Amino acid sequence: MSTTEDTGAEVDDEVVEPDPDAVSITVNGRSVTARRGDLVIAAAERAGDYIPRFCYHPRMSSVGMCRQCLVEIDTGRGPMLQPSCMVTVSEGMVVDTESETTKRAQEGILELLLANHPLDCPVCDKGGECPLQDQAFSHGPGESRYVEEKRHYEKPIPISDLVYLDRERCILCDRCTRFADEVAGDALIHFIDRGNATQVNTFPDEPFSSYFSGNTVQICPVGALTAKPYRFKARPWDLEQVESTCTSCSVGCRISVHSSRDRLLRFQGVDDEAVNWGWLCDRGRFNFESVHADRRLAEPLIRSAEGLVPTDWSSALSITADLIRSAVDGGGPGSVAVLGGARGTNEDALAWSALADALGVESRDARLGDGLGLDLLDLPRATIADLASASTVVLMAPDLKEELPVLHLRLRDAALRSGTRVIEFTQSGSGLTRHAWRSIRHLPGTGASAVAEALADAEVAAQLASGPVVVVAGRQNLAESAEALSDRVGAVLAAAPEAGVLPVLRRGNTMGALAAGLHGPRDAADILREAAEGRIDLLILLGSDPLADFPDSRLARTALARVGRIVSLDGHLCASSEQADVVLPVAVMGEKSGTTTNLEGRVTPVSQKVTVHGTARPDWMIALDLASRLGVDLGVADLGDLTARVTADDRGVWSVPTGVEPAHFESVVGTNYDFRLVLSRRLYDAAVSTQCSPSLEGLAGGRGLSVHPSDLERIGVASGDDVKVIGPRGSVVLPPGCRTASAPTRPVRSDCSRPSPTASNSSSKRTSSPSAPIGWSSSWRRSSPSCRPS
Amino acid sequence: MSRFSAENLTLAREIVSRYPRPKSAVIPLLHLAQEQEGWISEEAMREIAELVGVTPAEVRGTGTFYEMFHFEPIGRYLLNICGTMSCALMGAGELMHAAEEELGVRAGGTTDDGLITLHGAECQAACTEAPCLQVNYRYRFRVTPDGVRQLIADLRSGALSDEIPPHGTLATVRQHIPSDRAVGAVDPDVDTAPPAWIPVTVEGASS
Ligand code: SF4
Ligand code: SF4
Ligand code: FES
Ligand code: FES
Repeated sequence: MSTTEDTGAEVDDEVVEPDPDAVSITVNGRSVTARRGDLVIAAAERAGDYIPRFCYHPRMSSVGMCRQCLVEIDTGRGPMLQPSCMVTVSEGMVVDTESETTKRAQEGILELLLANHPLDCPVCDKGGECPLQDQAFSHGPGESRYVEEKRHYEKPIPISDLVYLDRERCILCDRCTRFADEVAGDALIHFIDRGNATQVNTFPDEPFSSYFSGNTVQICPVGALTAKPYRFKARPWDLEQVESTCTSCSVGCRISVHSSRDRLLRFQGVDDEAVNWGWLCDRGRFNFESVHADRRLAEPLIRSAEGLVPTDWSSALSITADLIRSAVDGGGPGSVAVLGGARGTNEDALAWSALADALGVESRDARLGDGLGLDLLDLPRATIADLASASTVVLMAPDLKEELPVLHLRLRDAALRSGTRVIEFTQSGSGLTRHAWRSIRHLPGTGASAVAEALADAEVAAQLASGPVVVVAGRQNLAESAEALSDRVGAVLAAAPEAGVLPVLRRGNTMGALAAGLHGPRDAADILREAAEGRIDLLILLGSDPLADFPDSRLARTALARVGRIVSLDGHLCASSEQADVVLPVAVMGEKSGTTTNLEGRVTPVSQKVTVHGTARPDWMIALDLASRLGVDLGVADLGDLTARVTADDRGVWSVPTGVEPAHFESVVGTNYDFRLVLSRRLYDAAVSTQCSPSLEGLAGGRGLSVHPSDLERIGVASGDDVKVIGPRGSVVLPPGCRTASAPTRPVRSDCSRPSPTASNSSSKRTSSPSAPIGWSSSWRRSSPSCRPS
Repeated sequence: MSRFSAENLTLAREIVSRYPRPKSAVIPLLHLAQEQEGWISEEAMREIAELVGVTPAEVRGTGTFYEMFHFEPIGRYLLNICGTMSCALMGAGELMHAAEEELGVRAGGTTDDGLITLHGAECQAACTEAPCLQVNYRYRFRVTPDGVRQLIADLRSGALSDEIPPHGTLATVRQHIPSDRAVGAVDPDVDTAPPAWIPVTVEGASS
């Protein structure tokens, strides 16, 4: 259960002025200062008096569903039993959480809640950390008068690929259903039937396939909801835990990592007021399975006549050092390039950056052509808290629900409950479209005019002037250049000069890697182009897989084929590391300590919980070892020295150094084609951590094409046919699905939520195979080798 | 199976448009679906969800709360025999027995010809007229076993088809308010005035 609910309610002793919002109440005879609007249950808890509860959750609205929190409250008309999660404090209120009447009421409610509860604690995953078990013990009558037969249901039924529901155990607290509706916006579970037969369930054949389903398991106060990856794996008292940070994306949600017998068993969300409010997305929650996947690398590999063969560390490292030395001596430091680093810790990035500095290697980039220019990262940075309290949020980003799920939750909450108005510029709609104040659809390549047009709108201008503005900026369409985005952000900043910018970066520690110096005058695209021309002798991949991740996969393929030698540091064998000459196995998250930097620039610790797999080592250690073999001094002796170089400011923000050339990303959006391409990603894709987590692997939908049905009809594509998409850089055959309607050409108001049947496009000639400007393969690819045991 | 008929779809859209929030139309649309088919199918719930912009799970959750919505195929006539205290004392058991025997189905079942569904019911608020039953929610008071048999015979012969419309029928006379005369509900998102029943008090004086 999450614990944070204080939002700064403490009254400062120094302040002489009385706080106008202070309300004094009496709890169990003691006088307590609360704040106007506080719920009695929260105020009492802060004062040290815990009131038992099941349905109340500080991050969701109160519903008074379980009645366990009944206490005697006297507001001048004599003490009355009232649910303390539904009553706000008022001046002079007297609360008694321990009176005889309160005690009898709470015992009575527990007896009723247990009337139908199966009490199968010995075989229940929740046993040992179960609020029902604990509170039956602390606040229950000890014995039940019920002797009748209990309600029976089929034991756990899967309500999604990840979550099982045991309806017999459910106490109908409405936490999961409230979460699904209120927080996640995926009301796919609901109370069904009535009275004694009430149950939580889905609609037949429509599973609870929410990106956030794992949170319901965490907040269920009984063992009714269990997560497939954790079922029957451990008892809570066998678990060891440590607090850490999720690095699966750049939100950096705080997590508690649980393990038993040196294996990671589950991640739970930790309530961090500034970041994730206790929520996690399912990818972040469940992809720890990949840490123990069969495809993990246990020992170094080197290329021989038979392909990659295992070797020992000392030969692997000395070969690597030789490769570096001969490349630097032969072609100069310019013939060596470093790609990646965004998946490691700040310390990993700092060590490799220091090594590159020492060798004079300037070609390095932690972004793989899908990141943001440094000019954007250099703009005044907003925090997630700024976003959640802004009066206007301008969204020029990929669908946050797919890319940064928990940020989506925070913004959704702000839009629905804090009056934040979202102005969205979108090419294909997003999970926030229905909550946006303005959702402005535009064709790829016409963003600038859409922004200019919107800014000229008096209502929009007035809204921007009405209070703090945060711009969320990211590559919505990987087929478009990042410069175009910079221009658009610049236009908004010209209209709202005080605005802060929150950059959308997919990979966990892109910000830290850039701050550590893993960028240079030549970006990933330049590096790969040079490699393709045969000008790179040695390419070092720091946990990066350009073959899978670089948008222009043809360039990546040519580059990796032409480059002299490849050294790959990776946790799992991926498409690119399979082509390497030396593969050095590295420790992954959960196996190493250090710090990470999220999209705000916030630096948080990551912690080691389990022993590394095989002989793997952290990246930073490899850099230090290579440095000593190459005879260069990095001035670093251990992890602590590296952490000391993370120079966060007093806001805890570590910034990207300024004054560097903006990286450029080429646009492949052409205007002389029938269709315009929007390249975007899904939450579950070909990422190694997803593909190597058995529970998630099946959720990745593979790559696909979304075309408006009327366009398909117009060009005469029958359903079930594959479509060949042709563009300036190549072609690809894809199955058309219709995930979202394509963009109508005119901006739409958000309240027109029904998909418009307007055909999306500019000029269009009738062809049997629709062509669109594509050159970059879609990133929903499923090309990586399987992680199933062979 | 049961999508709204073209005519009902138009009506459904009109019903949705009467409310500031489309979601408010869920119950009226469930009635409409039940009127069309006699019961509410999964397809109908999906269609309603689409029409009002909620998930099918929400429609199912809302609908299944109500006793008078039926989610399984049901006969043209629904026979509800009260079995609560007064009726039980006055011989409801024999009524049920007679009905089961006559229809050849147990309580909860529907006859093979799809004509009659038999249900046991809780108190129907006609205790002074016990034992009582309802056919499509139309009362029959102080019923005897022979009366039940006669009733079933009449339902079968069609003698009552004028008096008792098929299950699900809401009304035989439909009121229609032209849109220019409809008052419409106030949009709660727009209307910020406090509810009329809360007296406005001086700031800080209320508790
Ligand atoms: S499944 Fe759990 S969270 Fe959901 S209503 Fe039941 S007890 Fe509450
Ligand atoms: S939103 Fe990002 S940081 Fe948070 S749990 Fe999901 S993947 Fe991890
Ligand atoms: S916690 Fe207050 S009613 Fe459930
Ligand atoms: S007991 Fe049958 S109507 Fe009341």
